[in-house]
Amino acid sequence: MNKKVEPQDRKILLSETVELGEKTEKGQVVTDPNVLFNEMEREASFLTGSEVIRAAIKRANLDMSVAYPITPQSEAAALIGELYAEGYVREYFRGENEFAVMGECAGAAFGGARVFTTTAGPGTLRAMENFPMWAGSRLPIQVCVTCRGINSPLSIQPDTMEMYYLLETGMLVWHAETAQDLYDWILGGFLVSEQPDVHLPLALCCDGFFVTHTKDTVMLQSDEYCIPRYDPYRSPVPCMDMECPPIRMMRDPFIMKSNYISYATHASWQQEIHAAVERSRKHTLPIMNGSLIETENLDRDILIVASGTAVSQGREAIRLLEEEEGIKVGLVKIKSIRPFPTEEVREATANAKTIFIPEFNIKGWLAREVKSILPNNDRVIAGPHVAGGMTLPSEVIVDEIKKTLGIGGTSMKARS
Amino acid sequence: MSKEKIQLSEALEDIMPSEYQEMVATATFGNEDRSWKDIGTSKELIEQHSLCAGCPESIAFRFILASIPAPEDSVFVGSTGCTSLVFPHVGVQNIHSLFGNQNAVASGLQRALKLRFPDVYKDVIVLAGDGATVDIGLDMTMQSWFRQEKFTTICFDNELYANTGGQESGLMQKGFVAKMAPTGKKFEKVRLPEIAFESGCHYVACLTVSKPNRVEQVIRNAIYVAREFGPTYVQLYTPCILEIGKQSMEGLDEMKDAESIGGRFVMKEFMTDEVKEFLKEKNAEQKARKKAAKAAAVTA
Repeated sequence: MNKKVEPQDRKILLSETVELGEKTEKGQVVTDPNVLFNEMEREASFLTGSEVIRAAIKRANLDMSVAYPITPQSEAAALIGELYAEGYVREYFRGENEFAVMGECAGAAFGGARVFTTTAGPGTLRAMENFPMWAGSRLPIQVCVTCRGINSPLSIQPDTMEMYYLLETGMLVWHAETAQDLYDWILGGFLVSEQPDVHLPLALCCDGFFVTHTKDTVMLQSDEYCIPRYDPYRSPVPCMDMECPPIRMMRDPFIMKSNYISYATHASWQQEIHAAVERSRKHTLPIMNGSLIETENLDRDILIVASGTAVSQGREAIRLLEEEEGIKVGLVKIKSIRPFPTEEVREATANAKTIFIPEFNIKGWLAREVKSILPNNDRVIAGPHVAGGMTLPSEVIVDEIKKTLGIGGTSMKARS
Repeated sequence: MSKEKIQLSEALEDIMPSEYQEMVATATFGNEDRSWKDIGTSKELIEQHSLCAGCPESIAFRFILASIPAPEDSVFVGSTGCTSLVFPHVGVQNIHSLFGNQNAVASGLQRALKLRFPDVYKDVIVLAGDGATVDIGLDMTMQSWFRQEKFTTICFDNELYANTGGQESGLMQKGFVAKMAPTGKKFEKVRLPEIAFESGCHYVACLTVSKPNRVEQVIRNAIYVAREFGPTYVQLYTPCILEIGKQSMEGLDEMKDAESIGGRFVMKEFMTDEVKEFLKEKNAEQKARKKAAKAAAVTA
């Protein structure tokens, strides 16, 4: 568990039944994703995060999507509807609530379809019962979680607390920083999720509004190409289409009899799900440029470790600290939260004396994760945190670092 | 329409369990005239069940399994409850995911199968108890009808939560004293058959399972109509003899009482005019085919 996997020669593995070069109903050429991702020319587009989701799904050879309105994912969900109207997505409808939507997605995935949906905040929590069920049933559904507040009083503003609830569902959980991450990982995510030795759902998280509603430059391949279609017969469990023998077929190990075997069955099934999460590492490397983390200047005494848009704010803080104070700080960007890059983070932080973890949630779940895997974890400063939709200005990170170093700061927090 | 999908590989034949071999030999898959009369001779029609002795649900299960027109292309969607204890013994695929989301799962499944097999009828059949259908899952039950999803919903109405030990449910009779209704249920039994028809079901039937011929006809009707028109709903009274204080032998009498004049399970059917016409033709076809087969058998 938690072993680092080396990136050499890792490629995205494909179904042997895939016909590369074939055309879809819309005339898109089915392309080897290794070629599509690494060799094909890309052009710059200036898009919002929601439009980026649309752009990725257009090239995803998607069978089905179920939509439901909740800010800030409503626009993306509606744009996928446009793709359906245009014929790029084969089936699409609005569900009745997120619990039902995730059930509808499950049904479609049980029936052998590639499925994508989006949700956010309270929607994620309303849907929550489905997520461990998806994982336990080995359904490779992708849900894009555009994080927002889940607390009461109601807040639609960005906040990553919902990711904390997703961590032990048995899903893969990735955290996109930029629109480019979002685009590349939506497409790549299907291919990781659908590997026979993984075959698990993916929660592809991004920070609501900061990513979904701001425009960013994204490098896109031509939409004349798409990834290969999902092959449901490459699944480690039978596809529920009655095309294979009707023996003991329930895809959940629903053994109610109270005997030793049933406990062992349930326990080993859970172990297998979490082992499959671990096995996804090697398939994820070609999607994430060879590592589950990204680093800058690891030789420095102070490091910022972050995920999502907190990474962007951290980068800016590093620039300010260096330019204005001459303080040099390094950076670790965590891209995958499940599986967690334990070895990678240990290695990257081996020489750090102080580690700051800025986050967009009140409790600091990423700091807890990092503290739990590091030796001498009193080096970890859990913060700064913002919550309830506050922005995280880079100055706040600067102040936190200066305060800790005893240099003093300028913000209200630093003065206190 | 055949046993093609369950055939044994020759190389594995000697190591497959005898139960499987027997199923291949006796399965009614592919037989257009399969019926409840095959129960007891065919392995896939629930040779053994894991419910209480004498539970009417066990016979209802068998009638349904024997009545579905194309088991080799049918997928069941179940829910948590007594029904989920039987599915391990059933010779068709079944999805059990959560409590109450069965009609949502079936909606996604039916659409996915239609996408992948546009030229085959892949029948999706929901089979769940009254707690799953009418209480926790009512939203999804009705929304699938509003959306005109093309599958059949079957509700085993035992008028309470049986698997958890006899708690009040929406389909329980008013006044019945049960767990969580310690002074008797305060409101009327939910009129789901009427609600189903108003919600867009093209064919609705409510009856007991005391008469196998009737159950068979209703199930076949519901599935044929779901293929062509849209959602259909069948509510079957399968009393929980354990929780209403009956003996194992008394399930049938309880159902007969409930369906006699003035009882709450006098058989009722609702259907649109075009469905009535469609079923008339379908039944005439079936009769003609059976007659021809009989005549051919006599001459042979």
